[in-house]
Amino acid sequence: MNLDELPKSIRERLNEMKGSERKRFIENYKKALVVPGEAVGTVAAQSIGEPGTQMTLRTFHYAGVAELSVPLGLPRLIEIIDAKKTPTNSIMTIFLNEKHKKDKEYAEKLASRLQERLLSDVCDMRIDVQNRELIIETRDKDAKKILKKLTGSEENKEKFIIKKESLSELKKMKNKLEKKKIRGIKGIKRVFVRKNNDEYVIYTEGSNLKSVLNLEGVDKFRTTTNDIFQIYETLGIEAARNAIIEEAKKVLDEQGLDVDIRHIMLVADQMTVTGEVQAVGRTGISGAKESVLARAAFEETEKHILNAAIYGEVDNLDGVAENIIIGQPIPLGTGTVELAIKEFPFNLERRKSRKKK
Amino acid sequence: MRHRLVPRHEVLSKEEAEKLLKFYNVTKNEIPRIKKTDPALKDMDVKVGDIIKITRESPTSGVAIYYRVVIEG
Repeated sequence: MNLDELPKSIRERLNEMKGSERKRFIENYKKALVVPGEAVGTVAAQSIGEPGTQMTLRTFHYAGVAELSVPLGLPRLIEIIDAKKTPTNSIMTIFLNEKHKKDKEYAEKLASRLQERLLSDVCDMRIDVQNRELIIETRDKDAKKILKKLTGSEENKEKFIIKKESLSELKKMKNKLEKKKIRGIKGIKRVFVRKNNDEYVIYTEGSNLKSVLNLEGVDKFRTTTNDIFQIYETLGIEAARNAIIEEAKKVLDEQGLDVDIRHIMLVADQMTVTGEVQAVGRTGISGAKESVLARAAFEETEKHILNAAIYGEVDNLDGVAENIIIGQPIPLGTGTVELAIKEFPFNLERRKSRKKK
Repeated sequence: MRHRLVPRHEVLSKEEAEKLLKFYNVTKNEIPRIKKTDPALKDMDVKVGDIIKITRESPTSGVAIYYRVVIEG
C-alpha cells in the first residue's frame, strides 16, 4: 500500500505508531475502505432516507435568531435535494469585517441601509377617480426626491399629484410606482442585529448575496446565505457543493439524526457534476440517466418509452435497474466483474504458424 | 474572490492533465465539469477543455483533491 496516498491526518497518526500496532492500524484502515463495485449510491440513499422518516413533517420553527422563521426538518431537506431556485424563507448571515465587528452603531447603521424600502412603504397613494389624478403623500426625504423628479415640481411639499388621461394609465402608473425601490438592497425584507460571541452579526430575512458582498464593511469571507442557488451564482459550483453539504448536515443535526457526512457529500457531488446545481429526481439526476429502461422504471414511463421508440435509443444495459428488468445479474459487487478471455486457445494455432514462417 | 465556501482552484498544465487522464484511464468527457463562466474561475485564464484541480478541505480526510474539466457555458 502506498502510504503517500493516505490522507494527511491518517499519515500523521501512522507516524506515531510502531510495529504490530502500525500493522494492525493499516489493516483496519484497508478494511474500512470502500471496495470497488460497492453500491455507494444506494447505501447513501437509504442512509439519508431512513432517518428522514423519523423527521417531523411540519416544523416551520423559529430557528437560531428569534424573529426569523426558517423551514426546518423534512421540508427544508426536500428543498435542498430538489435544488429549489427560491427557498421559502431565505436568510443571510452577514458578518462585519475586522475593523467594524465590535462596533454596534456601525452594525445598526449598515443594517438600516440594507433593508429594502419601496415607495409604497413610505407613501400614501390613492387614485382620485373623479379628477383622474394619482395623489401621493409622503414625508420621506428620498421618496420626495424621486417624486419631485417625476412630477417636475420645485416646491418642497408633501403632496404630489400626477394627472393622466385615462384611468387605466393611472393604474399602471400606480403599480409601477409602488414597486419602485427607494433605498436598500433588493430582496431583503427584514433586518436584525444580534450580538454573537463578542461580535455584532446582521441577520436578514430575504437574501441577496451578490449585492451584500459588494458592500463596504462586510466580511466577504464569512458572510453567507442559505439560498444555495444564490451561492452558486455568486461563488461558483464548488461553493454550491459545500453549501449543500453544510445545509443538509445542519438540518439533520438539528433533528438529532446521525447521518454520516460521506453520504451527504456523495449526494452533493452528484448534484454538481455537470457544472450546475441539479435536483435529484426526474428533472435532474434521475432524468438524465443514460439508460432508457432505468428512466422508464423511475417516473414518467410512457414518455421515456415513446421517445426512445421515436429516436431509436439504444440501451447498453450497464446499470442496475435495466438489468433487473430483463432478469440479469446486476453490475454491483461481484457482478461488476465481467468475463474476459485471453487470446490463448484461439490464437495459438495462428501464432504457431507465424513462428514457422 | 476569496470566500469560506470556495476551495482553491488551479489550472493543470498540459502534461499534468494528460498524466491525470492516463492515471484514471478516462477521457475528458468522463470527469466532472465546471462552466467557463463559473465565478470561481473569474480571475483565472482558462480555456474550454482545461482541467481544474480543486483542493478541497474535507471533513473526512483533511484535504481532498478533485478535478473538473472546463466546459462552454
